[in-house]
Formats: sequence, structure tokens, C-alpha cells
Amino acid sequence: MNNFEYIRADDLSGAARFVASHGQAKFIGGGTNLVDLMKYAVERPTALVDLNRLKLRDITVLPDGGVRIGALVTNSDAAYSPVVSSRYPLLSRAILAGASAQLRNKATTSGNLLQRTRCVYFYDTAVPCNKREPGTGCPAKEGINRSLAILGTSVECIATHPSDMCVAMAALGAVVQVTGPTGDRSILFADFHRLPGDHPEIDSTLAKDEIITAVDLPATGFAKNSAYIKVRDRQSYAFALISVAAGLEVVDGLITKAGVAMGGVAHKPWRSAQLEQQLLVGKPANRDTWHAFQSALLAGAQGYGENDFKLKLAPVTVVRALEQAAHEGDQA
Amino acid sequence: MNTHLIGTDVNRIDGPAKVSGAAKYAGEFFASDMLYAVVVSGAIAHGEIASIDTHKAMKVPGAIEVFTHKNRPHLAWFDKSYLDEDAPTDGKPLRPLYDASIHHSGQPIALAVAESFEAARYMARLVHVEYKAFTHQTDMTMAVQEAKRIEKSNRTGIEPPPKPRGNSAEAYAAAAVKLDKTYHSPTETHNPMELFATTVVYNPDDTLTIYDKTQSVSNSQLYVTNIFGFSKSDVRVESPFVGGAFGSALRPQYQLYLATLAAKALKRSVRLTLTRDQMFTLGHRPETLQEIRIGANTNGDLQSLHNETMQATSRYENYFEVIANWSGLSYHCDNVTMEEKIVAMDTATPGDMRAPGAAQGVWAIETAMDELAVATGRDPVELRLQNYAEKDQNHDKKYSSKELKACYQQAAERFRWSERKSTPRTERRGTSLVGRGMAGGVWEAPQLPAAAKATLAPDGTLTVASGTADIGTGTYTAMAILAGEALGLPLNRVIVKLGDTELPVAPLEGGSWTIASVGTAVTEACKAVAEKIFKLAAGLDHSPLKHASFKEVEFVNERISLIADPSSFVTLQAALAAGDGKPIEEKTKSGPNLLKQHGYKSYTHSAVFAEVEVDEDFGTVSVCRVVSAIAGGRIINHEAARNQIIGGIVWGIGMALQEQSETDHQLGRIMNHNLAEYHVPVCADVHDIEVIFVKEDDDIVNPIGAKGLGEIGLVGVAAAIGNAIYNATGRRVRDLPITLDKLI
Ligand SMILES: Cc1cc2nc3c(=O)[nH]c(=O)nc-3n(C[C@H](O)[C@H](O)[C@H](O)COP(=O)(O)OP(=O)(O)OC[C@H]3O[C@@H](n4cnc5c(N)ncnc54)[C@H](O)[C@@H]3O)c2cc1C
Ligand code: SF4
Repeated sequence: MNNFEYIRADDLSGAARFVASHGQAKFIGGGTNLVDLMKYAVERPTALVDLNRLKLRDITVLPDGGVRIGALVTNSDAAYSPVVSSRYPLLSRAILAGASAQLRNKATTSGNLLQRTRCVYFYDTAVPCNKREPGTGCPAKEGINRSLAILGTSVECIATHPSDMCVAMAALGAVVQVTGPTGDRSILFADFHRLPGDHPEIDSTLAKDEIITAVDLPATGFAKNSAYIKVRDRQSYAFALISVAAGLEVVDGLITKAGVAMGGVAHKPWRSAQLEQQLLVGKPANRDTWHAFQSALLAGAQGYGENDFKLKLAPVTVVRALEQAAHEGDQA
Repeated sequence: MNTHLIGTDVNRIDGPAKVSGAAKYAGEFFASDMLYAVVVSGAIAHGEIASIDTHKAMKVPGAIEVFTHKNRPHLAWFDKSYLDEDAPTDGKPLRPLYDASIHHSGQPIALAVAESFEAARYMARLVHVEYKAFTHQTDMTMAVQEAKRIEKSNRTGIEPPPKPRGNSAEAYAAAAVKLDKTYHSPTETHNPMELFATTVVYNPDDTLTIYDKTQSVSNSQLYVTNIFGFSKSDVRVESPFVGGAFGSALRPQYQLYLATLAAKALKRSVRLTLTRDQMFTLGHRPETLQEIRIGANTNGDLQSLHNETMQATSRYENYFEVIANWSGLSYHCDNVTMEEKIVAMDTATPGDMRAPGAAQGVWAIETAMDELAVATGRDPVELRLQNYAEKDQNHDKKYSSKELKACYQQAAERFRWSERKSTPRTERRGTSLVGRGMAGGVWEAPQLPAAAKATLAPDGTLTVASGTADIGTGTYTAMAILAGEALGLPLNRVIVKLGDTELPVAPLEGGSWTIASVGTAVTEACKAVAEKIFKLAAGLDHSPLKHASFKEVEFVNERISLIADPSSFVTLQAALAAGDGKPIEEKTKSGPNLLKQHGYKSYTHSAVFAEVEVDEDFGTVSVCRVVSAIAGGRIINHEAARNQIIGGIVWGIGMALQEQSETDHQLGRIMNHNLAEYHVPVCADVHDIEVIFVKEDDDIVNPIGAKGLGEIGLVGVAAAIGNAIYNATGRRVRDLPITLDKLI
């Protein structure tokens, strides 16, 4: 590991200013991704600004009825918090489908948002990778890409964003609150992560010196009808090959509201609010509806060899998640 | 024999030391002048180092040296100096830092040494290397035409296929039922929890004490003395605890070589621990391609068997495992041809990994037998019984024991095999299809020469010692049990020493031969001590044993008593008091009784039954139930034996569904080199497992009648699971691991 400075931030603006003025400085939350990447020399910060003393560990109910999850709330605390698990079971389930108990105890909400891809080439500095070193190439395209993207890829990169939590947040329509040297702003979840395009080295629209302070969940959270399905190579401690977060509101068999996002398929959680409006809202909650929706959502999907199977797996996972969400609580 | 310890459930005697942290592993020893070393791994699969620049690295505060092929100290010239006990004798073992050549990706190409681990790690990163790359090949399917046939053995006990028996081609042509399929198994990488590590303590008199992660201290000693020109008396190797090895530590690994090189050159103690990623640059289970042709009559009786195996090796060593031969051993068949071929590629040399050869070979033949059962409409158990091998046709010898029929029968009953539906896709649970399958397993049960020492102190404490290893298998405890049994002592009176070149020499700890070899040596050494105490006891005034012979007494509860009349006894304490106050010490060398074993071969056997649920949409497989019945001779420690088999079954779940080292063939490099991406089962993947030990008496295999259990638990498991998946889904997957993409 390279030598680096270590600073404990006591206030938000000081932390942001420090990072703004230090070329290679980075924030650290739980460290479960960043420290690994530093050991592998993929990330080589010259300074680490530890955010853990900042008062960003609360889960609060907002005046509009929504819920704010502080950036440093651990994944475990978020998943098990009564307000989240009762009002946003979709989010609880997604978080608990991720990683392992030990990691979730350490991982923070903001760190989870900004965790980097698990593409094997990205983690190995002995080989090329456009995301790690722009311009070196993308061996994954013709190589090991079993876990990589089928949608929204670019010539430069086919990596996926590996988070489970973010897929649920995308489906819920969360908002990311950030602060920086120029003040606070809110970023819609759909705009937070980006597609690789010509700049696969950039994962999100967050500026380097901006700090995530919280994630806000909207007032309604599909508490009654939701499902998170994660298909993976073993039953725990594996990243999603395909995951689907589906939330529905159903009245008399008709869908009145829907949020559906996919993980394991793209560089960001894959969601189309427009298709939800067109193909789910107002439609009957049945298999025909799910099929019509999945084929539109997955239109243009493309495999790269090893990950071709996702073209088959993705549609059935969407259908299963919607079916399960629609029937949640049926037996109860 | 009346036993008080053998066959009972005994907790590990080394357990408290392990859970409290008192047990020290190779990378945890310390010396006051110790330096830390970190390996620089190469990036390319084949080529040369064009230039290597260490200037930046040497500027790091605390830097001591960066060893490369340019500045390395003198090393032995001849290949034979690099041959360890387990090396293929016709190879050219890798010589790290010897010259600029690169033979596989991840090959060690430099060693950074510093006053602290952190400095050494940083230095390693700053070493700048330019390569001259040559073309490489790591894709076995692209290189099959270069396959070479194996003609002769180049490692002890590793046999080439026997001459064909009968005429398999003719019999195949005439057979009513024909099967011709190819089975592929991937490269797998050993991942014991403990990383490879060596601490070399440089003593003031220029001798070395080496703490090494190894399955044989004597092999490590042989290796470094030959390469670095030490005499044996200058190098003591110790390995008191090993955090798992599974065969990976049979051969000395490069951290031993490099740590010793640095310590010798710098005259300082050096510790070197590999990283998890570097664990993927050592030996591995070789990729295999097995073409199996089976001819049978419509009733399923085997008429012809042909196995042509292709296995991967490196360019520098003709390593091979026995894979094809299991086909001809497992079932009775009079027309058999087996061929073993190796394909050399630009990778590290493969190495023995738990049940080497059988893991893949038995998987293929047991899958093929399931296919034959389907083709002939026979029940898989019935099919195996009607083709039961009553003798080892490969060697034309009798079995010293083979209670496989009892395994089939007892496991089938416990599993409720009769409830199985033979037609695929007939049973469902929720969104899953349910299936049941079974397979047989077999592994060798050899005994090798071994030495041991037993010392009974005047206070009645017994110390038994042998230079073997305990890689987590329970050797410490098994030695204590056998010693306590022989002298009628409770376990807390027995001290066990192992893993030290100062102790009597034992064979490599592997191949499931340790209990048979070292166990016998320990028992015999203790018997020799017992005879001496018996003499003291019989010589006491008014001894009730005065007229007894050694054969007429037994050692139980710290007493020597007449078998015919246990109320006539002398206490061990009284007998010892009659001695000269010095410890009674006996050293023995034991080996197979060739006369007794003539005409016999010995194996362990198993029958494994598995139940799976396969999600119809997702192809995800859950192994909900496994029952394994084992015929493993006499069980010494029931608890440890059960642990071994359960561990093997869990491994089998991984082999069936998850494990594979994924190589990028363009780069010639294994890419999933960490435990997040190299999948082995986690707790959530492991459900009900039941183990049955069937009664198997064998007084030919070795004097204690025990067969090793290290490998057998794994053998056959992947086939049983694959066969269950077929039964669930109707899909036959002949390519491991059976990941979900192969089922949707
Ligand atoms: C073996 C393994 C398996 C895993 N499996 C899964 C899985 O199945 N599903 C899943 O979803 N995840 C999985 N994870 C990933 C895990 O969820 C992430 O590592 C974790 O969420 C990261 O959180 P952290 O707080 O530790 O982040 P850190 O490592 O501390 O930081 C990650 C990044 O976020 C930045 N950062 C952190 N906080 C802020 C902030 N407030 N403002 C601005 N920048 C910030 C850091 O600078 C850094 O770049 C796994 C991880 C491992 C190691
Ligand atoms: S997919 Fe992206 S992360 Fe992976 S190798 Fe290509 S550029 Fe790198």
C-alpha cells in the first residue's frame, strides 16, 4: 500500500474543502471496498478523510412523510431499522441480500452507493482495464464477463454496478443528498449513477469534493407489495448475476403505481419510469402484463459470450419479481 | 480387541490451542532481527523479463534489498537439485529468480525485503518490469492435438494406465447399448484458509530454523538443503500447525525457496507470507477432458469400457494424476482400454488437490454409469450391483476388504432411495424441481514406511513423536488415541509431537495414508514400550503377572492386567517405580507387511446419495440432502472421521456447482484470484448431511486395520449431485461446475 495521510473530519465543509484542495484525497466510510482497492493499488489516495465522526448516522422521518437515511448509517442498521423494514421492506430485503453480515455491519449507505464494479480485470493492476486506466482496453469484452452488463454498455466498458441496495433505492425513487464546497444539492437516484460511455472511469455524477449526506426515501414505499429477487452463483456472499427490485400498488387487480429496477445488467441500476407508466400502471396485475413489460425493459440487451445466459435469465427474473410482489401477503 | 479410545468421539487435543490462538502457524513465528519479504508476481504467461528496475523500491525507508534474477545469490545448477519428493522426476522444476525466463502468469520474479511488512509491500509495488512476451497457450481445448501419452510413472504411486484387457473396440462395436460422451472438469485452485508462509530464523551459528507451511518437514528440508547447499544438520524445519493444505503443501512452494534465499544472502531472519491472489499461482487441480465409451447389453451389463483422458500440465513438468484408471477399477468389465494423456501449457504445474485424479475420474465414470442406467432403464443402485467388481481387475488382485455393497444398502435405506421417481421432472416443490441421484466413490488405502518414537516418563506421561503433519485432519488426536490405547492411558497423559525434522521421519502427509502409516508406527513404538513395562511389572515381588506372557495381558486404565482375570493386575505406576527412574523410550520403523499384502490391493469406498432442488426459471441448485456411507476400515476417531467426510461432501458441493479457476486465455492468467470471485460453498449452501461408517474388518491393509479418510469423503459427491440434477431436470451436464447458466 502507498503511504497516505489520514484525517478525521469533524465538520462537513472542512472535509469537502480538504478534499477539494488535495489532488488525490478520498473520503472513507466503512472502508470495505476502498481499503481492498488500496491494497490492490487500484485506488492510490494520498490522503483519506474519515467521515465516521460526522453526525450522519440517523434515520429520520421527514416532514413530507419520507424517510432520510444518513450517509453513515450502516447497511445492517438501515435494513433492520423498524421504520425501514416496515415501510420499505423492499429496501431491507435488498440490503440483506448483499454481502455478508460482517460486511453489512461495517458498510455505510454512502459507501454502498459508491462501491466500484466487481469486474475481475478492474481489480488486477497487471492487466488492462479502461475503467482503471483509461485507454488501456477492455479485456472483459472477449474474456471473463459472466457477471457483466447486457444493457447500456459502451465500446470502452461493460462493467456492472454491483450493489443490491441501490437497486431497491432506484425502484423506490430515492433522492441522494450531497454537499460540497459550493453548497448542497439533491440528485435523483436515476441521475446518480451513470453509464460508462466514453468515460468508464467515472461511475457517478458526484463531484470529487462532494460528500453524500443522506439518501431520502419518498413517503410511499410499496410496503404492501414488493419483492427483491437476487439470482447468484451461491446462496449467500455472492454478487447478483441478475437482481430485480419490484414494487407495486394494486387496487382491485389493477396496478396504480410501480417501480421496477434491475441489478447485474448495467453500469447503474436499470429502471425506466416511462415504461412503468406505459406498460404497468393501469394494467391488470397478471403475467401478460409482466411479459409485455420485461420485453420492453430489456429491449436491446446484448450478451458478450459468457454472460449470454443473462438474456434468458433477466426476463424470467423480472416476471418472477413482479408476480411475487403482486401476490405478496396473499396467503397471510 | 477391547478398546477404550479407538472408535469413540474424541475432541481435537489441539483444539484449545487453536481456538485460543496459542497454536502458532508458519507465518506467526518471530525472531528479533526479522525482515519481511513480499513477492513481486509476473504479469505475463510466457516470455522474458526485458528489464527490471528496482531503484525506486530501494529508496523506500526501511528497504533492505530487492532480489531479482540479476542479483540473486548462487543457486544449484542441476535440475535434480530442485526435485522434491513429490516432483515429477522427469521435469525441470521452476527456479524462481534463476534467470529472466517466464513460464506462467503470476510467476515470482522479484522479492522485496524490508525492515517492515508495509515497507516491503510498498517496495514490491514500485519494482518496474518490462517484458518481452512470447506467444502462450492456456486453453486446453486449443492444444489437444499436442497431447502426449503417458507411458510410465514419474512420481511414487502415480501409475500410468494398465495394458488394455480384452478387446474394448470389438466389444463396443458388438454392444447393444452404446454411450460415447466427453466429460470436462475445470482447473480448481486450493484455497486453504492459511496462506502459504515461511519464517526462516537465522541462528547465530549460521544454521537455520525454518517454520514452513508444509505437509512434510523432511521434504522442505531436502529441498532447501539441495538448492542452497546446506547440510541437513544446518537446517531444522518445523511445522507444528497447518491451517489446511489439501495437497497444496505436499511440494515445497516458492515462499520457502525465496525466504531461504533471502535469509541466506542477508544472514538475517526473514518472514514471507503469500497473498491470497498469489495462492492462485501455485499448484492447482488440472483441467481434464475425459472421453468415455461404454458398451453394454440391454440389461446394463458392462461389455466394453474405454476412457481416454486428457489432462493439463505445465511446460516444465510432466505432472499427471491417475484419472482414467478409476473407470477400469470401479466396475467389472473384461474389455477395457484406458489412456492418459497430458497437454503442456503455459501455466504453473498442477498439484495434488484432495483426491487428485479420483475427484475427476470417478465423477466422469459415475456420471456415465448414471447415463447407462437411464439408457437401459435400470435403477442406478441395481446397475452398480450387477456390475460389482469383486476384484481389482486393473491390477488383477483381490481386495483386502470392500464393504461397498453395505455402503449402497445402508445409505439407500437412510436416504429413502425407494421414494425416488426414476422419470425426470416428476417431483416439484414450489418453483423447484426435485431430483435424487447417487454415485459410488473409491480411493486408495496404502501404507507407507514411517518411523515413530514413544517415551514413557517415570511419572507415567507418554510422549509420542513422528515427523508427520497435522493439516487440520486430526493427526495429533489420532496419534494420542492410538498411543493411549496401546498403553491404557487416558488422553491427558499423552503428549504428541509432530512436524519437526528432529523427529523420526514420516512420509509426506497426504494420499490418505497417514493414519495407516504413522498410526501403525506409533502403535508399534508404544507396543515396544509396553513390553518393557510388562517385564518390570512381571518382575515385581509377588507380581500377579509373574507367570503371564505379554500376549496374556492388556493395558487398560493405567493398569497391566491379565486378560483372563482382570482383577489380577499391576498398576503402571508400580511397574514404573520398579524401573531405573529413566524414561522408557522406543523408536520403531514400520512398513507394509509385503508378505501379508501380496496379491491384495486396498481401497476405501463410499456410496453417496444426494437430493437437489433446481429452480426451474433460474437454474439455481440447492443440495438439500446428502447421505454418504463410507467403508474405511477401522475408525480411529469417530468424530474426526465424521468431520473429514462432511468436509469432503461440502467440497463436493463446491466441485459440483461452484469451483473453477477462470482463465483469460488472451492474457494467460487466472482472473478470479480471490475468495469473493473464486466460489466455494458458504454455510447457506450446505444443508442436511448424514455420514454412515459401515463395518469393515481388514487385517491385511495394515496392523491397525484403519484406512485413511482424507479423500474418500469428496469422491463421488459431484457425480451424485449431477445425477440428482438430471433426475430433477432431465438435463445432463457433462461440464463442471454445473452453474445455473447450464440449466436454463
Ligand atoms: C466480499 C464482498 C462481497 C460483497 N458482496 C456484496 C453484495 O452481494 N451486494 C452488495 O450490494 N455489495 C456487496 N459488497 C460490497 C459492499 O456492499 C460495499 O463494499 C460497501 O457497501 C461499501 O461501503 P463502505 O462504507 O465500506 O465504503 P468505503 O469502502 O468506505 O467507500 C467506498 C467509496 O465510497 C466513497 N464514500 C464513502 N462515503 C462517502 C460519502 N459520504 N461521500 C462521498 N464519498 C463517500 C469512498 O471515497 C469510496 O470511494 C461486497 C463486498 C465484499 C468485500
Ligand atoms: S468491463 Fe470495464 S471494468 Fe471491466 S475490464 Fe472492461 S473496462 Fe475494465
